[in-house]
Amino acid sequence: MSNPYIILPIISQLFTAILLMFFWTQKNTQKAISVIMSLVTLGISVWLLTIVLKNGIHVTQAGSWEAPFGITFIADPLSSLMVLLTSLAGLAVSIFSVGSVRNARVRFGYFPIFHFLLMGLNGAFLTGDIFNLYVWFEIIIISSFVLITLGGEKAQIEGSIKYVTMNLLASAIFLTAIAILYGLVGSLNMADLSIKVANLENRRLVNVTAILFFVGFGIKSAVFPLHFWLPASYHTPPPAISAIFGGLLTKVGVYALLRVFTLIFVPDEFMINLISWVAGLTILTGCIGALIQNNIRKVFSYLIVGHIGYMIAGLGMFTEAALIGTVFYLIHDIIVKTNLFMVSGLIFKIKGTFSMRNLGGLYKEYPKLSLLMAIPIFSLVGIPPLSGFWAKLFWVESGFAIENFMLVAFIIAGSFLTLFVMAKLWAEVFWKDGDKLPKKINVKYFWELKPLKRTAMVFPIVFLSLISLYIGLGADHVIQLSTIIGKQLMDTTPYIEAVLGPINESQP
Amino acid sequence: MLLSVLSGFLLAACLPVIGKQIKGNLSILLSALPVILFIYFLSFIPGVANGETYHFTYNWVPQLGINFDFHLDGLSLLFTLLITGIGSLVFIYTSSYLKGHVYLDRFYGYLAMFMSSMLGLVLSDNIITLFIFWELTSISSFFLIGFNNDSEASRKSSLLALGITGFGGLFLLAGMILLGYVTGSYSIVELMGQTELIHNHPYFVLILFLVFMGAFTKSAQFPFHFWLPGAMKAPTPVSTYLHSATMVKAGIYLLARFTPVLGNHEYWNTTLIIIGGVTMLYAAIHAVFRLDLKGILAYSTISALGVLVFLIGLGTDDALLAASVFILVHALYKATLFLVTGIIDHETGTRDVSQLSGLNKVMLPVGIAAILAAISNAGIPPSFGFLGKDLIYEATLHYGDWAIVLTVAAVLTNICLLFAGFLAGIKPFIGKLPQKYEKLHLPSPLMYIPPMILAGLGIVFGVLPMIIDSPLIKPVAAAILNTSPDFHLALWHGWSVVLLLSTITIGGGLGLYFILKPSEGLLAKATRFEPISPMSIILRCTRIFESTAKGVTYVLQNGYLRYYVIAILTFLSVLLAYKIFKGIDLYVNFGKLTEITLYEAIVLAIMAVSIVFTVFTRSRLVAVAAMGIIGYSICLIFLFYSAPDLAMTQFSIDTLTVILFVLVLYNLPKYLKLSDTGSRVRDGMLALIFGGLISLLTLEVLNEPLEREISAYYAENAYTLAKGKNVVNVILVDFRGADTMVEIIVLSIAAIGVFSLLKLRLKSIEKE
Repeated sequence: MSNPYIILPIISQLFTAILLMFFWTQKNTQKAISVIMSLVTLGISVWLLTIVLKNGIHVTQAGSWEAPFGITFIADPLSSLMVLLTSLAGLAVSIFSVGSVRNARVRFGYFPIFHFLLMGLNGAFLTGDIFNLYVWFEIIIISSFVLITLGGEKAQIEGSIKYVTMNLLASAIFLTAIAILYGLVGSLNMADLSIKVANLENRRLVNVTAILFFVGFGIKSAVFPLHFWLPASYHTPPPAISAIFGGLLTKVGVYALLRVFTLIFVPDEFMINLISWVAGLTILTGCIGALIQNNIRKVFSYLIVGHIGYMIAGLGMFTEAALIGTVFYLIHDIIVKTNLFMVSGLIFKIKGTFSMRNLGGLYKEYPKLSLLMAIPIFSLVGIPPLSGFWAKLFWVESGFAIENFMLVAFIIAGSFLTLFVMAKLWAEVFWKDGDKLPKKINVKYFWELKPLKRTAMVFPIVFLSLISLYIGLGADHVIQLSTIIGKQLMDTTPYIEAVLGPINESQP
Repeated sequence: MLLSVLSGFLLAACLPVIGKQIKGNLSILLSALPVILFIYFLSFIPGVANGETYHFTYNWVPQLGINFDFHLDGLSLLFTLLITGIGSLVFIYTSSYLKGHVYLDRFYGYLAMFMSSMLGLVLSDNIITLFIFWELTSISSFFLIGFNNDSEASRKSSLLALGITGFGGLFLLAGMILLGYVTGSYSIVELMGQTELIHNHPYFVLILFLVFMGAFTKSAQFPFHFWLPGAMKAPTPVSTYLHSATMVKAGIYLLARFTPVLGNHEYWNTTLIIIGGVTMLYAAIHAVFRLDLKGILAYSTISALGVLVFLIGLGTDDALLAASVFILVHALYKATLFLVTGIIDHETGTRDVSQLSGLNKVMLPVGIAAILAAISNAGIPPSFGFLGKDLIYEATLHYGDWAIVLTVAAVLTNICLLFAGFLAGIKPFIGKLPQKYEKLHLPSPLMYIPPMILAGLGIVFGVLPMIIDSPLIKPVAAAILNTSPDFHLALWHGWSVVLLLSTITIGGGLGLYFILKPSEGLLAKATRFEPISPMSIILRCTRIFESTAKGVTYVLQNGYLRYYVIAILTFLSVLLAYKIFKGIDLYVNFGKLTEITLYEAIVLAIMAVSIVFTVFTRSRLVAVAAMGIIGYSICLIFLFYSAPDLAMTQFSIDTLTVILFVLVLYNLPKYLKLSDTGSRVRDGMLALIFGGLISLLTLEVLNEPLEREISAYYAENAYTLAKGKNVVNVILVDFRGADTMVEIIVLSIAAIGVFSLLKLRLKSIEKE
């Protein structure tokens, strides 16, 4: 179904960013605009997912140049879902930023760049063109790079150099892959590519190209052994920025992998093995990395890596059930990881440190806040029936069904390590008696903040925690949605037909 | 039914809000919940006694076939009564035990949560729901063990307990999913009909292993038993409720529940007999050497759990009947002893058994409860324990070839258990009262009535077994055996070998009690074996694992950007090389390519020379200049292939880049050569290999027939439809205008970034 309004989530973020630039120095106006516009975008995203679920896939062709000649934008259930999740996380972080980001940063374009980043994410999810996807990736890289460096602290700069170098490397590999693909089939439209690549006779070249795409997106999603940039950089910027990164940046890589490896390159046996091993080792590297960290933000960073492994494992199994699991986990993970980084920010504001060794006593001092923070922490672990649990059912069952015991073992080991890491974190940060920490002059503590700012920090955590609870306890709805998406990932005909019109019978 | 299971969660959810109001004496009101539930479940007794089972279904996640399917039969009923019955007493006891504690509301919250989870566990017919409740019991236990969260020992024990039970829980999850996968059903009732299929399935051994891991970790079987003594760090009501009467029996429940599904198979029986047997003996011997009352009780609990596993492993009708009875026997006397220990601890401030004696003189009712419990534990007639012990011997004696070995093991275990029971239940109360305890007084009735009720029941059931025989025990055995058994509990079976064995047990135990006096010296001797105990071994393994994790992580995440890039490029090169060269003939048809002209050759030569200069020069300026030359050469190549606009673009960009570079270089410190030759060679090799692979790939692609559909469309329609004469421009601003627009935004963002990098200097008070 053709519908030009599906690019509204991109447009509204773009509009917000530009509008914010007109109020460059007025920090309060900026904050108000950011929150209001995030709400508006959330509304648009809800509308988008609703119409897509009701009426099927919506498509629009930029400049009305019919596919595959122009650039296609497409809202299928997966991309609309991703847009919705982006808007949810975006709204939460926008509010959180109001409370936690220091004014100096706001005066240097924090909010406009933040909305540019969200625009880039929405664009990446909604585009149906592989080169256009690359361009959205550029937006994501440059705006995240600026956000990491914003403030120019030494640690930030160090982290950002590693971040940007490896991500540019990923882009270069991605671009090379696109060039080779274009050389092979002469098209950039993903639906068109799906048909043309399937018809290509030289499978070897197709496989080599697939590897380039895998490595390019693999760096983005931080899989082993391409993950180094993530633990090197995520703990350096202010918590609000880590929150949006932790929630969404790697997931756009996972999204790209899901899209490209179901639509364009259907994995052969080698690819399946490769993805499976990479997934398994990613789970292991991430989780053991988390085990030994002292900085809570680093713990969460490593856990991001580990849990990306789960999602890739679902892709590696390549069954409908496993993909349903991956989609379910994606939903859970975006919400919970964003929330956890905000939690780390809140802890920092209360105690003035991220170090587990020095933290402590939160449960005694802030019992209600602690119980609130327990929700994302234990959701992440996947204590049943919380949200992290359900996807594992799909994966373990798929693993048994296709006799991939290796992945089942890795997933179980990962779950156990996560459980242990988070329980330890709980014991150290919340249970242990805290040291009397010297007051730092550079920290504006939680109790020094105005009530409005305090609310602005706590409210988004409540908001995302409620969503997490809903995902866990109302799993049935989320599973229905994931099932629709999982089915469409395995059977891409509706996607292709939505873009190119009904497929000729003669073509396979 | 759903409400009865979930009510505890609701209560727990309300407590953080209303908790402050019920701090004082009102807290006893909370006990109403378990009492009501107890009465509710009692009402099922007549029906269940008649052989009926009740089924309740509430939809939850029907997509996955995961629903609240509650199935109430004899086995579930026994457990629900234990959970709510002992739960009621523990709730009442706590209101006095932790009177005035700041976090009393939290404590009740966790307890209520636990009670609900445990009810859900024993009532679920759906194995996934069962697992969900299983994990929730582990989590509530984590919070309860760590309740005194200021103490490091408490925190460590709770982590250890969660680590072990959580570890086993995940195995159980895998086992349950596998069972579901093999049979296509998550319902235990349906699984019972598919025993044949399951037993013959190639995954049967795997299923057994997974289920066993779950059950053994939860029920503290050797070699996973060591979390349980640690768990005694929890307040005594918790030890009573979770770690002796109910939660640790979840593993037993699981094994009993799955006996009709997985049981009656050689692997099942042998494994359970061995593990159960080892556990019961090992722990019983350990219990003898303890001084701490709770330590004694912890080890004797482990031993009793071992006995239960052992009995389920025997798998005969006798053995399963014995197990059904022993579950109840043990729950009654062990809960009593724990509650009594709590009182002693509460009043005297010590749990060291060598310090305690003669307390009867100051707290007689407590003493009576304890002594009755010790008698039941010892299996002295006419207690209920006597009945249980008889049945155990009955079961071992009739177990074919191994009867003698098994019976001896059982007798030895029981002798040690008897000793442990006397130590905990009798020793503190008889003999001379030390002077320092003379001022003690009886605690609140809320504390001593519950143990008296439990201990009393232990005797009443022994004297009048018929009151629980057919209403309670028979349905339990029926559920485990999946048939209707025919037996009657009775105190007196006539003169028999069993009676002789009972006498030997009692005699042996009493003898031991009079010879062996608990002391530091004995404890010290026992702890000498600590380094080879499973606990030390497993903890050592975790330490090794942790240091390996540290090593691996620091090697991987070494902080040097260059190694990261090397890792990424190596990974990519290896994959590419493997895929490009693997088994298939590699051909690049040079004939298809156009001839190389002289101009091109010259330009290429210039580029090659410039590259060498860029790489090997020691002056930054030369390197930049050489790179500029490479850029211009590319412009020339664009020109040769008639792309003047590209050439123009490239030309301006290169000029600009060189100028900017020179400006920046001016401010940089002197050039230093920091890398050694070895690493330079390594990097050079990698660069050459990677570059070579990509070139090869490009050449291969050029061999492929070119698809011109899209570029032809652009060429045809640029003027007619898009009204532009320059196709490239039309592509950029119209056909693919969206790309260009987004790229412009990229530049704007970059500009903001540069601006903030240059201008934004955080003041030191703003850096956070």
